[in-house]
Amino acid sequence: MVIVIDNLIKRFEDVTAVDGLSLEVEKGELFGLLGPNGAGKTTTINVLCGLLEPTSGSVSVRGYDVRKEPRKVKELIGVCPQDTAVFSYLTGRENVELFGNLHAMPKEKLKKNTEELLRKLSLLDDANRRVGKYSGGMRRRINLIMALVHDPELAFLDEPTVAMDVQSRHAVWDFIKGLKKQKKTVILTTHYMEEAEELCDRVGVIDYGKLIALGSPKQLKDKFKAKNLEEVFIQLTGRRIREEL
Amino acid sequence: MNFQRVFSLVKKDLKKMIREPATLFLIILFPVVLTLAFGASFGAIGGTVSTTYQIGVVNMDSTGPYPQWSQHLIWNLTNTEILKIQDFSDNETAQADLIQGKIQAVLLIPDNFGQSCNSFWQAPTNSSLWVNTTVQLYLDSGSMFATQAIPPIIQQVLTATVYWEQPISTPRPIQIGSPSLVQASKLTAFDYMAPGLFAYAAIFLTMTVAQSFATDREKGLLRRINITPTTSTEFMTSQAISNMIAALIQVTLVFAMAYLVGYRPNIGIVSFTLAFVIVLIFSLCNVGFGLITATIAKSPGAATGIAFIFIMPQMFLGTFVGSALSPSAQAAGKFVPSYYVTDALTSLLLRGAPISSPTILLDLLVVSICSVIALLLGIVMFRKYGKA
Repeated sequence: MVIVIDNLIKRFEDVTAVDGLSLEVEKGELFGLLGPNGAGKTTTINVLCGLLEPTSGSVSVRGYDVRKEPRKVKELIGVCPQDTAVFSYLTGRENVELFGNLHAMPKEKLKKNTEELLRKLSLLDDANRRVGKYSGGMRRRINLIMALVHDPELAFLDEPTVAMDVQSRHAVWDFIKGLKKQKKTVILTTHYMEEAEELCDRVGVIDYGKLIALGSPKQLKDKFKAKNLEEVFIQLTGRRIREEL
Repeated sequence: MNFQRVFSLVKKDLKKMIREPATLFLIILFPVVLTLAFGASFGAIGGTVSTTYQIGVVNMDSTGPYPQWSQHLIWNLTNTEILKIQDFSDNETAQADLIQGKIQAVLLIPDNFGQSCNSFWQAPTNSSLWVNTTVQLYLDSGSMFATQAIPPIIQQVLTATVYWEQPISTPRPIQIGSPSLVQASKLTAFDYMAPGLFAYAAIFLTMTVAQSFATDREKGLLRRINITPTTSTEFMTSQAISNMIAALIQVTLVFAMAYLVGYRPNIGIVSFTLAFVIVLIFSLCNVGFGLITATIAKSPGAATGIAFIFIMPQMFLGTFVGSALSPSAQAAGKFVPSYYVTDALTSLLLRGAPISSPTILLDLLVVSICSVIALLLGIVMFRKYGKA
């Protein structure tokens, strides 16, 4: 197992964001983390990449404890944050190269990867424009490239296609499928059920910080006698949404 | 430490400096505009117009046994070109003119002045035989330039008149206050302001750093960098380097602009280099203050406001502005690092003091200590409370 989460609890003062989450992800697996807003998905990702310290429990990435060896973990992972975090005064290419350099990539490899990723996500023509002038979809794509330029073993993609138009979303899906072919381990959080169904080998549904369902999209559909993953999701989390309304 | 990471972050910051209009203004245009504005306002532009000061002289020794000494002093004062000498028969009339602002200073030559000079030359090495006396100098406290400029000029003329080329450190029978190494030749008000102006420009780094960190934090960029294997040491080193480069550009621009408007300090390359080094060390102090500001501030807007907590005292108490303030405010100036930067630069650029002068070395030591403390405190506070 490349990711092992054991009884993870993360509290912020009186709020328990993650409540006893246990999960294992295999090497080369594309794992979907689903849940309503505030369910604890992003908190889990933040603990996995060493940004947040767990309150209790343990989290390891390829055998490295994220608490004890965060640098080792950071060398292995690529993280695409939910909110686009890009330097608007740099060009697309400069943003990508900066993050390649922060991962201490050799110059030649960095150049090759940058060109390849910009081409795959259709940003090559705009690569020398400042990101401040990019559209929202272009910013999201450059955000994704910045996370993956160093060719990480594991990718944590936090809602990478949110607010993208249909064409851009499908381009990103193709790109993520490409990662799967390269045997990369991917953790994907998303609100789009068709995205999870299309891409993920397995999904975990979390709510109130707890894992409430786990399995392949097919297994979950069969178990809940649903036509698609969206119906499964509504059955599982609809109570909360109704309560909130 | 991985220098690929450090240099890529420095490169990013330098691009920000050039490409972001607000940063470009604060770091590059602001010092340029400031220097040109002060040069135009305080008589440096053109370079040929020099400020003159009206000095009233009351010579109580004109009827004494050795009147030639006081006459020689008055003649030398008249020849400085920067001083316009007006003779007064008594102190009361001179003081009345000083109060009314007709003159900026009154020099009272005591009746035993000639005797004192004579006693010194009869036994230059035996101070027990000297007739000690004091030349009284009254200054217009409302004129910041008079209070700053006149005493060193008088001291220099007095030294040249009475002692000729005697070493400055030996004891003297005649005193007018603290000795100085000023070369008072065609100095303008701008010459007295320039050292403070160099410190003034660097002070605003506090705001640049605070805004930059607060903005990057708000946009999630610091978190994003934190997810990479970049260490805090590498990140902070890059910040120190890029801000020192910014300070170097600022000081170079201020020097260049000052030179353009006629500022010509008569010093060598070593003194120039030391002046740059002092400002660079001071820039680290402001990086520290910027980090402390960014830690406290919750948003870039708040960072701009809070930065003035550090900027205002340094600006008013520690630069050229300080000399016009009350004695208590001037005493308070000793608690801000910019005071020591201005003091060191004034000694170097205005008084032409050697780099080994104790005043400069002490100032350098104080600025260095302040910078190390501010920077470390800033780093520790930001790492602990400011990243989130």
